[in-house]
Amino acid sequence: MSEPLLSVRNLTIDYIGEETDFRAVDDVSFDIAPGEVFGLAGESGCGKSTIAFAISRLHKPPALIRKGSRILLAGRDVLDLDPKALADFRWREVAMVFQSAMNSLNPVLRIEDQFYDVLRIHKGMTRAQARERAAEMLRLVDIPPDRMRNYPHQFSGGMRQRIVIAICMALDPKLVVMDEPTTALDVVVQREILQRINELRKEFGFSVLFITHDLGLMVQFCDRIGIMLAGKLVEQNDAAAIYKTPQHDYTKKLWASFPSLHGGLLS
Amino acid sequence: MNDAILALDTVTKTFGHGASTVHAARAISFSLHAGRALALVGESGSGKTTCARMAMREYQPTTGQILHKGRPFEGAKADEIARYRRSVQMIFQDPFASLNPAHTIAHHLRRPLKLHRPNIRGSQIDATVRELLQRVKLDPDLVAPKYPHELSGGQRQRVNIARALAAQPEVIVADEPTSMLDVSVRLGVLNLLNDMKKEMNLGLLYITHDIATARYVAEDIAVMYSGQIVEWGPTGEVIDNPIHPYTRLLLSAVPDPDVRFDDPRTRLRPEDVDDIRKAAAAPQEKVVEASPGHFARSL
Amino acid sequence: MKSLLRNRKALIGLAIIALIILVAIAAPLLTQYDPNARTGRPHQPPSMDHILGTTRIGQDVFARLIYGARTSLAVGFGAGLLITAVGTALGIVSGYRGGKTDEVISFFTNMVLVVPNLPLLLVLAAFIGQASPLVIALILGATSWAWGARVTRAETLSVKQKDFVKSAEMMGEPQWRIMAFEIFPNVISIVGINFIGSVIFAIITEATLEFLGLGDPRAVSWGTMLYNAQKASALSVGAWWDILTPCFALAFLGIGMSLLNFAVDEIANPRLRTGNHLKRWSLLVRSGEGRL
Repeated sequence: MSEPLLSVRNLTIDYIGEETDFRAVDDVSFDIAPGEVFGLAGESGCGKSTIAFAISRLHKPPALIRKGSRILLAGRDVLDLDPKALADFRWREVAMVFQSAMNSLNPVLRIEDQFYDVLRIHKGMTRAQARERAAEMLRLVDIPPDRMRNYPHQFSGGMRQRIVIAICMALDPKLVVMDEPTTALDVVVQREILQRINELRKEFGFSVLFITHDLGLMVQFCDRIGIMLAGKLVEQNDAAAIYKTPQHDYTKKLWASFPSLHGGLLS
Repeated sequence: MNDAILALDTVTKTFGHGASTVHAARAISFSLHAGRALALVGESGSGKTTCARMAMREYQPTTGQILHKGRPFEGAKADEIARYRRSVQMIFQDPFASLNPAHTIAHHLRRPLKLHRPNIRGSQIDATVRELLQRVKLDPDLVAPKYPHELSGGQRQRVNIARALAAQPEVIVADEPTSMLDVSVRLGVLNLLNDMKKEMNLGLLYITHDIATARYVAEDIAVMYSGQIVEWGPTGEVIDNPIHPYTRLLLSAVPDPDVRFDDPRTRLRPEDVDDIRKAAAAPQEKVVEASPGHFARSL
Repeated sequence: MKSLLRNRKALIGLAIIALIILVAIAAPLLTQYDPNARTGRPHQPPSMDHILGTTRIGQDVFARLIYGARTSLAVGFGAGLLITAVGTALGIVSGYRGGKTDEVISFFTNMVLVVPNLPLLLVLAAFIGQASPLVIALILGATSWAWGARVTRAETLSVKQKDFVKSAEMMGEPQWRIMAFEIFPNVISIVGINFIGSVIFAIITEATLEFLGLGDPRAVSWGTMLYNAQKASALSVGAWWDILTPCFALAFLGIGMSLLNFAVDEIANPRLRTGNHLKRWSLLVRSGEGRL
């Protein structure tokens, strides 16, 4: 591809124990083009969430990103950023949506204050400016802006996740990392939210790193998919190819685990 | 058509009172028969877990009754309760929380034998424990002396199934038995449930939010939304020819790798979704029969 | 259990406690003196004959120390056991059964909790007058279980929600079995912490009561040693061995129990761990092998 937006090269992450280490991510390399949706699929413990955290440098000891690993966003190595540059980088270049939205929103702050928090620090906006931007973002995710003064617990799970997405997009990031954003939601809400993200992506041009274990959903939503097993990236291809012609045994095994709605038993 | 082992007859369950009343279940009727499975499908908040809890007698119905082998279950006499407990067993959703971390697997399997099969004594108890573990495709020598935290999620769930089978029940209520398991082990556990259902002629109530797995395990299906069963009938029929708008909405939202999000034909319009939800949440009294055995509430 | 033995704090704490227990048991072998008899001149400083000197009335301090250990340990562990047993039983029963049982027990617990402990003990001990160590142990057991009961009840409430308890109930297990075999093994770490804390409390409180003169002065325990030394104005006359011996003994035992307490806390809640489990990580970062 022409200049990728995100370039992960030889990423290796260990969890350092008292005697032994656990290799969570093993020499993983992949690129994400501007405006592309890249999916990372795998079961629990495969390392996909570890990669997501590493991109925003959210890890804490005993996690250790081994030397030789590089994460390049628009040419700059994220791993080399000093604390000030890192603060700028977060939210503006990369935004992250975590699995349980319930935990991402501060339960004692009103929604408009949560927007103000982010917009004040990163863009120096005043309250009035933040309110305007918040209204704009909430409308984009189909939440009535007049509910800005509500608290998180007054919204349903699906709506909270939408609010988190709105806050993520408030600073026009180039890359949005989503770690199992809809796993805890029911299937209709999941469809609505992802549909919307797809439309927003086309409008604003950001890339998405989408992490989940639901392969069928990935093929619907993503342009390219990487399959992870025990820290390694075992297969990487266009979504259609992953669906129609899976190469790796594990990919085939994953496909076999999803019963088809209309067929009988999948072989 | 064999008689129902367990049936709910126009059961309603409400929580709270006055302005904060929650209608968790409204006029629910379904029955479980030997050797057949009923899938109760719905999202969280649909009332499916409430139905499971009522079947297990954790909650009492507000109105309506539960029929055990044709007779209304009063729950007044101790031996009636004991018989019910032996006959209806449950498998929980969380394989980690449903086993006591302080006890071995062998202990977990011995308890139901001691409680419900007192005629098995002495060395026969351990022999039966071995047999139960073999039945769920676990190696007794490896698994029996272990503690729950030493097993994987899939293994734990198999132990849960073995424990449920130990009492020689007639009905098993499986509350989302695979939703907390890794994707690649789910089908194995569902296969096991299916086999047990057929081999031991059990009635199975399979509760899930994943409608695709319903076809795998259950002959009959009931779709729930906001406390009501909105459509029910043979699984294949309901999934291939859904009538109720909510069932159609649910089926259209199930991830289908053949249909890209970009495809405008399959776009869900938020206004439509809200309308359907609102209409389906209101109490619907009228029932239409789409084909023999296939019913739906009419909006 | 295994993790306890690997924890440095636990090992040191256990070693201290074990040492004191051994010394107490082996008392007759370690000294030829009778702790109550006059075996020397009054207030003799430490010498070859009397390693820790003598008291105001000529008793050997070392003999009193190691025989006194028996009493202090017996009261400490005995009362600790009683406090823990009562608190655990009431906590589990009220937490699991809920309803009226819970209301009654909680009300009773809160009443006992609200009454200030030490003044109550002072009043009781003064009322009984010259309370022997056994009586003190019983009084402690009867009045100090309330905090343990509350904490155990809270743990029970959270364990009660777990699926395996529901499963046992649905299986038809009798309530007493559920409390004893399903709930109790899962609150055991709080029971352990309760026990260690109760023992520390009992040892110190017994010594306090006796120091204040409410105990039986003829008994041989570290508290009565303090009392007698204080009465004899040991410090002002320069007989530091008379009063400092029981002080250090109590402190030493206290340290041992506290180390054990910290260790059990750390194991129960791994986030409290201090120490060097990140040593290797720091080494790797400093040598440039990796970063965050």
